[in-house]
Amino acid sequence: MSFSRGSREIFKNISLDIQRGKVTAIMGPSGTGKTTLLKLIGGQLKPSQGSIQIDGNNVHQLSRKDLYQLRKRMGMLFQSGALLTDINVFDNIAYPIREHTELDENLIRSLVLMKLNAVGLRGARELMPSELSGGMARRVAMARAIALDPVMVMYDEPFTGQDPISMGVLVNLIRSMNQSLHLSSVVVSHDVPETMSISDYIYLISGGSIVAQGTPDELKNSSDPWVQQFIAGQPDGPVPFHYTASPLMQDLLGE
Amino acid sequence: MLDRLQVLGQRVISVFSRLGQATLFLYQIILTIPGLLSRPSLIIKQLYSTGVQTLLIIVVAGCFVGMVLALQAYYVLVDFGAEDSISQMVVLTLMRELGPVMTGLLFAGRAGSALTAEIGLMKSTEQLSGMEMMAVDPMQRVMAPRVLAGFLAMPMLTAVFMAVGVLGGYLVAVHGVGIFEGVYWSLAQLKVDFYTDLMNGMVKSLVFGFVIVWIAVFEGYDSVPTSEGLGQATTRTVVHGSLAVLGLDFLLTAIMFGDI
Repeated sequence: MSFSRGSREIFKNISLDIQRGKVTAIMGPSGTGKTTLLKLIGGQLKPSQGSIQIDGNNVHQLSRKDLYQLRKRMGMLFQSGALLTDINVFDNIAYPIREHTELDENLIRSLVLMKLNAVGLRGARELMPSELSGGMARRVAMARAIALDPVMVMYDEPFTGQDPISMGVLVNLIRSMNQSLHLSSVVVSHDVPETMSISDYIYLISGGSIVAQGTPDELKNSSDPWVQQFIAGQPDGPVPFHYTASPLMQDLLGE
Repeated sequence: MLDRLQVLGQRVISVFSRLGQATLFLYQIILTIPGLLSRPSLIIKQLYSTGVQTLLIIVVAGCFVGMVLALQAYYVLVDFGAEDSISQMVVLTLMRELGPVMTGLLFAGRAGSALTAEIGLMKSTEQLSGMEMMAVDPMQRVMAPRVLAGFLAMPMLTAVFMAVGVLGGYLVAVHGVGIFEGVYWSLAQLKVDFYTDLMNGMVKSLVFGFVIVWIAVFEGYDSVPTSEGLGQATTRTVVHGSLAVLGLDFLLTAIMFGDI
C-alpha cells in the first residue's frame, strides 16, 4: 500500500499483517505517519495505491453502509480521547450502543457499568470529560472503544503524556483486554519500553517504509544500527541529531 | 503584470472551489435530513442553543432599535406636523427591513460564531473522527440538526425582534414624546399588510437563517484544526454571514418590493 498527501509520499509500498488475537505494535519516530496508518485502516483515508483488507473485505471498496458495518466491529482509541464534550462519561460510553442497538435503557446501563468497571472508572460515570485527568480520559475512551464488543481495537499513542501510574494502568489494560475479550489490537506508539512489553509483533516505520519488523526479542537483539538507536533512544546515529545544515562555524561567521 | 494576473486567477479559482465544496457539503447534509426526523430531540437541543440562547440579545437589541426608530421618526415628522405617523414608520421599517436584517446580523454574530467554534473544536479534538469510527455519521448527528435548528430559529427570533421593537417604539412615542396611544396602535394596524410586510419579512428571515447556518457549519467543518485556524474560521463566519445578509437583503427587497 502507498499513500501520498499532495506531492509528499507518506508510505511507499508498505505491507503489514495484523494477526488475529495478537497485539501488533507500529512504532517509529514522530511524523512518520503512524496515525495516518490507523486512519487508512479505518477507512478515513484512501491509499493512493494498493489495498487494505480486513477479514477479507477491501476497506476502500466497501459502500458507505458496509464500511459503517465494518466500523461497528472496530474500536479506536484516539490520541486525544475524542470524547464528546457535551455529555458525561456514562453517556459517552452509551453513545455507540444507543446509536446502533435498540436495547432497553436498563440493559444499556448494565453494559456501560461493566465497560467502565473494566477500566476502573465505574465511580466516575457522572463526571464530564472536562473533569477527567488525561489518563482517566484515555480509559473512558478505551471503554467506549470496546462498547460494541469489537473484534479489533486500534490505539493511537495511548501512553503519550501519561504519568507513571496511568501509564502502568493503560499498559496492563491493553494487554488484559486483548486476552479477556479475544481482541486483535493495533498499538501505534513511540513509547518503546511500554509498547515492547505488551506487543506480540512490532513494525518499525521510518521515512515511509518498514525499516524493521519482528517480535520484541528479535528487535532487541537486532544488529541494525537504526533499530538499536530507536530502541535505546540514542540522540545521534543513523537518524542524525542535527537537521541538515551548513557547518556551524560557517553559519556563525555568516559565510 | 503576468504575476498579478496569476494571483488573481488563483484567487478566483479558490473562491469557486470553496463554493463548490460548500455546496457539496450542504448536499450531503440535506441527504441526511430524512433520517434525522426520527430523532427530533437532536433538533430541539440545537433549537435551544441557537434560538433560546440568542433570545436575550435579540430582545435587548430589538427594544433599543424600536426606541431609536421612534425617536428619529419623531424628530423628522414633527417638522411636518406628521408625528402621529411614527408607528407607521417604526412598524414598516421593522417588518420589512430592520427586523430580518438586524436579527440576521445578531444571529451571525452570536449563534453563527458559536456554531463555527463548536464544530471547529469538535474537529480539532477528533470528536468528528471519533464519531466516524463509531459508525455514526457526523453529517446527520452534528451538522444537520444545527442547520435545521438555525433555519427554524431565525424566523422566530425575527418575530420576537419585531414585536419588541414595536413595543420599544411605543414606549418612546406614547410615554416619551406624547403621541396618543390609540393613534399609535391603530395606525400600526392599519398600515401593515400581512403579506407584503410581515410575510415578506419572514421569508427574508428564513433565507438569512439558512445562509448563516450553512456558512457557520461549513466554516467549522472546514477549519484548520489549530487555535489560529479556529479563530480565522469564526471571523469568516461573522464577516461572510453579515455580508451575505446585507447582500441578500438588497436582492430580496428588489424582488419583493421593487421593479428591478
